[in-house]
Amino acid sequence: MTLALALEQLLNGLQLGVMLFLMAAGLTLIFGVMGLINLAHGSLYMVGAFACAAVAAATGSFWLGLVASLACAAAAGAIVELLVIRRLYDRDHLDQVLATFALILMFSEGTRWLFGSFPLYLDIPPLLQGAVALPGGAQYPVYRLAIIAAGALVAFGLYLLIGKTRLGMRIRAGESDREMIGALGVDIRTLYTVVFALGAALAGLAGAMVGALQSVQVGMGEPVLILAFVVIVIGGIGSIKGALLGALLVGVVDTLGRLLLPKLVGVFLQPAQAGMIGGAAASMLIYMMMALILAMKPRGLFPAAHA
Amino acid sequence: MAEPVLELSDIVKSFGALRATDHVSLDLKPGEIHALIGPNGAGKSTLIHQICGTLRQDSGTIRLAGKDIGHLGVAERSRLGLGRTFQVSSLTPDFSALRNVMLAVQAQQGSSFRFFKPVMRDASLIDRSMAMLERVGLQDRARIPAAELSHGERRQLEIAIALALSSKAFLLDEPMAGMGPEGSKALTGFLHSLRQEAPILLVEHDMDAVFALADRISVLVYGRVIATGTVEEIRRDPAVRTAYLGDHA
Amino acid sequence: MLNRETLVNLILAALLLAVPLMANAFGQPFYVTLATRVAILALAATGLNLALGLGGLVSFGHAAFFGIGGYAAGILATHAFSGDPLLLGLSGTNQMPLIWLVAMLVAGLVGLLIGLISLRTSGVYFIMITLAFAQMVYYFAISWPAYGGEDGLSILVRNQFPGANTMKPVSFFLICYAVLIVALGLFVLIRGSRFGSALQAARQNEVRVATVGIAPYRIRLTAFAISAALTGLAGALFADLNRFVSPSMLSWHMSGELIVLIILGGTGRLFGPLAGAALFVIFEYVLGGLTERWQFFLGLILLGTVLFARGGLLGLLAGKARHG
Repeated sequence: MTLALALEQLLNGLQLGVMLFLMAAGLTLIFGVMGLINLAHGSLYMVGAFACAAVAAATGSFWLGLVASLACAAAAGAIVELLVIRRLYDRDHLDQVLATFALILMFSEGTRWLFGSFPLYLDIPPLLQGAVALPGGAQYPVYRLAIIAAGALVAFGLYLLIGKTRLGMRIRAGESDREMIGALGVDIRTLYTVVFALGAALAGLAGAMVGALQSVQVGMGEPVLILAFVVIVIGGIGSIKGALLGALLVGVVDTLGRLLLPKLVGVFLQPAQAGMIGGAAASMLIYMMMALILAMKPRGLFPAAHA
Repeated sequence: MAEPVLELSDIVKSFGALRATDHVSLDLKPGEIHALIGPNGAGKSTLIHQICGTLRQDSGTIRLAGKDIGHLGVAERSRLGLGRTFQVSSLTPDFSALRNVMLAVQAQQGSSFRFFKPVMRDASLIDRSMAMLERVGLQDRARIPAAELSHGERRQLEIAIALALSSKAFLLDEPMAGMGPEGSKALTGFLHSLRQEAPILLVEHDMDAVFALADRISVLVYGRVIATGTVEEIRRDPAVRTAYLGDHA
Repeated sequence: MLNRETLVNLILAALLLAVPLMANAFGQPFYVTLATRVAILALAATGLNLALGLGGLVSFGHAAFFGIGGYAAGILATHAFSGDPLLLGLSGTNQMPLIWLVAMLVAGLVGLLIGLISLRTSGVYFIMITLAFAQMVYYFAISWPAYGGEDGLSILVRNQFPGANTMKPVSFFLICYAVLIVALGLFVLIRGSRFGSALQAARQNEVRVATVGIAPYRIRLTAFAISAALTGLAGALFADLNRFVSPSMLSWHMSGELIVLIILGGTGRLFGPLAGAALFVIFEYVLGGLTERWQFFLGLILLGTVLFARGGLLGLLAGKARHG
């Protein structure tokens, strides 16, 4: 295996990790602040992708689509929070799971209603087309690098938002002591809506960016949602830092596992069999990793203080 | 002198820089009530958690009837005879008072891995449980769900459960809390007789009850036992007066 | 002593038996198949109900056990058909009782392994971890080509049961119905037993259970494995009903649906799964006949149930649940 291939796959892993972080950050924030498990987070990802694809198709501009994805996902998040989610904060996790599962059914079927069953396609904007040369000689798509950069930017933005702003201070207060922040006179209902919409916007952004790499279709959010669950379980639920490290870990391990495991098995077995066993093992690798981490640290790598 | 039933030696527990339990040694002798008192934040809860097994001490040993239990889990310590009640009642709310006690009796009899025989037709469970309810005076409330019992009744039920476990030592965490004067008085009488069954480590804020019941008192301040002695000795101890009673004279 | 819930239960059990028998008498095998579906889904959900209803263990991964049961049936039948040995020289089989045994053993064993790790956690962690493990099984089934991979595995001839013609819909229904009734009986026994007491107590107050000297972990682990085995059994029957197994049986939608069945019917109640499965299949059939978008309305109904009618169907019919 060449250095170029390794570097390329490492970057792919980073890019996957960044996407997962955008999803996981919202999930973990919503859980940390409101104590809510939201299965419909993947639907918001899908909403972002569809909004971006539809607006980009109508206007010819990916960038307008990107703005639309943020706006639509945030709006969908806010509406859902106002109508449904806020009735669930005092309920047990079972009710939250079921209600948000019901939301998935409605979002998926509703999207099919609006856009039909055929996938939409989203082109990479001209500005980000093409590739750059990596050390070692391989070419790497600029767009994927842009996703990594965007993810890094969001992570930094979240760090500033939560660490340095009034809103962030309230979020942190909400995480550590819900009654306290009510007592401080913060309008907690509005805060919750804002946090939920923020999480939704991050998911929508992820959906829109990935939409240009894959097809935009109903159900696209679900595999990502489950990976994001793995991420926050590994990272420690409620911890943004855990979400970031967990996401990068899962992204890189999954990508490299798919590359390396079949080769590793190939040392011992025939190529055809090695491909099969290695492939199956690679698809299970991150779950194994999760199991291993949980066996040692049942609350994840960076357990939040309360949860 | 009789062997202590429960013996804590040199227990230390720190949370970061805070030393919540600072070289605590305590013992509980057969037939006695040993009260543990101290101002809020003195580390009583932390110590109770370590005795029960919900927290693990950093160093030191805990012995029950001579056996080192300091590394065991909660369930194992209970099986070995450590019976406790909670500061805030901790029951199975949907179960009746009777079934709450039956759970303890079933645990005490051994296996919970029996899948077919209905517990409600199991005389060995029901009879003994009813007997425990009678001892605390709850026999008429046996069929009432624990969630619907009054505060005082729940405290009684907790004691019935601890009794059902045939405990070698009782650890009662503020049993008087929230009881009216009548209830406190009745409970004081009951605890007085309970010590015949097994010695009691009594954590309590109600000083009247403590002074009426305790054979010995230990005073915990900032995680450290500053004095242990009889009621009279503790009343007179200058360190206690300064640190605990806030008497600077 | 016949209280209202027992009465409702008896009526439900009688209805599930009577409707397909009548449909069969009037030459309507389609309804027999629908009723078989109800019975099997009810069985799967009864398995889950043991963990979720009695133990409070919100497993979002029971599709794994359902699918494993299904694949056990499919793989054994495939080998019986082809004559190729399966493992260590053992051959396949097309005998249902043996298939069920294998399905329950394998599902129970996988349940034990998943439970071993998942039960170290609780609450929302438990939900996500069971979901993730089920997803692992799902991806494994997709990426392992030997038994059909993504395309699934067909069972050419429905497996056999001694003394019955399983290809006749009504015979197969009666087999499934009988298995369901036995499982419900088992549920009643377990619920009333010492083990069931400890399990339900651990749901209500874990600390209390530990404080009387019962380790909740082992109780829950055992319950989780039994629960997995029952759901695996249902999976084997489901495979025989459709004569087809595919990774969709393992998908997380399936896990969600199993929970939905319990909630629609009434959590923790003996007949909750049956009531829920009947409702679900009727919704699917009636709504599905009215609109292609029936899942949207299913979501709406489910949302309404969770937000406003938490007792489920049995809550409406038989009042609030009672505890001994």
